[in-house]
Amino acid sequence: MLKKIVAAAALTAAVSSPASADIKIGFVTTLTTPAAVVGRDMRDAVELALEHIGGRMGPEAVEVVYGDDEFNAQKGKQATERLLLRDDVDLVAGYIWSNVLLASAPVVLSAGKLLISANAGPAPLAGRRCHENFFNISWQNDQTPMALGELLNREAIRSLYIVAPNYVAGQNMVAGVERVFAGEVVGKDMTVWPSQRDWSAELSKIKAAGPEGVFMFYPGPAGPAFVKQYEQAGLIDAIPLFSVYTFDSISLPLFQEAGIDAVLGSKMTQFWAPDLRNDQNQKFVAAFRKKYGRYPSFYAAQSYDSMFFIKSAVEAVGGDVQDVDGMRSALRKAEFPSVRGQFRMGSNHFPVQNFYERTVVEDADGNWTTSVGPVVLEDHQDPYASQCEMGG
Amino acid sequence: MDYVLLIEQLLNGFQLGIILFLMAAGLTLVFGIMDLVNLAHGSLFMIGAFVGGTLTLATGSLMLGAVLMVPAMFAIGVLVETIALRTLYRRSHLDQVLATFGLILFFNEATRLIWGPEGLAVPLPDFLEGTVALGAGITYPLYRVVIIVIGILVALGLYLLVARTRFGMLVRAGASNRVMAGALGVNIPVLFSLVFGIGAVLAGLAGLIITPITQAAIGMGEDVLILAFVVIVIGGIGSVRGAFVAALLTGIIDTMGRSFLDVILLLFLSPNAAESAGPALSSMLIYILMAGILFFRPQGLFPPRSATAAP
Repeated sequence: MLKKIVAAAALTAAVSSPASADIKIGFVTTLTTPAAVVGRDMRDAVELALEHIGGRMGPEAVEVVYGDDEFNAQKGKQATERLLLRDDVDLVAGYIWSNVLLASAPVVLSAGKLLISANAGPAPLAGRRCHENFFNISWQNDQTPMALGELLNREAIRSLYIVAPNYVAGQNMVAGVERVFAGEVVGKDMTVWPSQRDWSAELSKIKAAGPEGVFMFYPGPAGPAFVKQYEQAGLIDAIPLFSVYTFDSISLPLFQEAGIDAVLGSKMTQFWAPDLRNDQNQKFVAAFRKKYGRYPSFYAAQSYDSMFFIKSAVEAVGGDVQDVDGMRSALRKAEFPSVRGQFRMGSNHFPVQNFYERTVVEDADGNWTTSVGPVVLEDHQDPYASQCEMGG
Repeated sequence: MDYVLLIEQLLNGFQLGIILFLMAAGLTLVFGIMDLVNLAHGSLFMIGAFVGGTLTLATGSLMLGAVLMVPAMFAIGVLVETIALRTLYRRSHLDQVLATFGLILFFNEATRLIWGPEGLAVPLPDFLEGTVALGAGITYPLYRVVIIVIGILVALGLYLLVARTRFGMLVRAGASNRVMAGALGVNIPVLFSLVFGIGAVLAGLAGLIITPITQAAIGMGEDVLILAFVVIVIGGIGSVRGAFVAALLTGIIDTMGRSFLDVILLLFLSPNAAESAGPALSSMLIYILMAGILFFRPQGLFPPRSATAAP
């Protein structure tokens, strides 16, 4: 009996740790549940990045081990623990959801490993709970809606109606817009998340309020549903719709399939767009489209960046990933070709970067995508950086 | 608060009620007649949306898709009943809950494997797009009017089926006293399969007609299922009439809460408190309604006759 157990344990160990890789990176994302569509984009981008760097960072061969958070903070934490304990990864990256990241971060940081968020940017980790071993390679949650507030001011929108889901990120997005928007907010509905998919009551209220613009935030599949109903209620030609994180390469094909051409021309803000002009981005977007037959989303862009970001640090320490101090100071420099072009790492380890206007357009082949416009916020740092007092 | 908004919100509540009724009608029959707690009823809602949506995209017509979906859903319902649920009738409700919860996981993953994680968008035919003027300054999305009309027609058809046909008599007999109906020679297994099949068709229809509005997504049925359980508890388990009244009541109260509660709270609270209390309270409203109704009528509004007389 004991022999059997030992043999089984040995077998598991042999299976889970192939001897070939010198560096192991844990990557936590959502691979099941309806949100897996986001996780798929991230994994595809990571795989593409590995292909582009030939599976090597400096002298070392790299292996990425994926963890599935199942769209759930507790499961995400367990997946992180498994990566650290069972797979013995050298550092951990990924994380779509702010709540998953907040639950998992203490596990990685207390193990003394580096943690790199490829999407989630919750306020605590940018401010009071910032950590020397935590880096973010996307953005802080408040920044994109702040840019949108500025865009609304530029478009001379004086009265705004806000519809967003009633959970942490939804509240952050609304707070970000309200922080910058100079006009009057004539109405605000925070809806049940994630279950509410029918906004008939809210749309009737919008119609009655008659604002000059509507701001909405519905990530994932809820976004297309909202816009569809917005159109069916006869509002789309009457009141311009502004959004963040709602129209991306994941949702736009669904809009196109459903023939909701009213979304063409809708405006948003973001740090990146598929047609942002720089060499790294053009290479990334072209290769991604060639390999997977679709446009990459911003999730994919960030994930692609995260691999090059890590690579720059591994090369700086000559492949000795145990040298966390050396890795950290290389990461702080952020010297790697980013798909967003030039940017720098802020004092709280969140990017200080430009935010652009983005518009939904049809490309030359008839695919719906987004096109980058003028800079809305230049070299923007998140509002929490001043609260971060980093030891070391 | 002008009357145009009020009437629009009433229509919105009515339309939500219709969807809830289509879900609850099948659920209440299955629970009332077969004494089976079927958590997987929400999965049938989802399957209806995906199967019906696929048929719609294949045929290019929403109506053709809906017509073809009816036999498909009936077959799926009968299949599920025969394969998975038949063995559960004699088991306790807890076993049924466990097993049908397993079915939810199975159907969600199966849907993900077949259609992928991104869901399905079903376009609305052009002639159903846009809004209609209902007079007095009220404009309302045409498709939502169509949903209300379809729902009323189905309710009427179901009422005639249950109240006026021989099959309906057997169903009512089954709901009142299953053992006695069986003893009098009713073929219970066939009756159960038929009832379950009809429930599946109704749930699938609800899923399909809401899809052009909300899109089909994995797990879309679970949230509706909870509301549908509230509806059948309020309406009285086993009663189609109860389900109809309770569904409309639930739909209208839920919608009214979402639309006007924050305005009403503003009369008593500060804007910040009203803003955060409004959504919280409005999502509790229907459960408060359920608790209130159960306090005065523990069997629901329209319990089947024998249920009240049962010891």
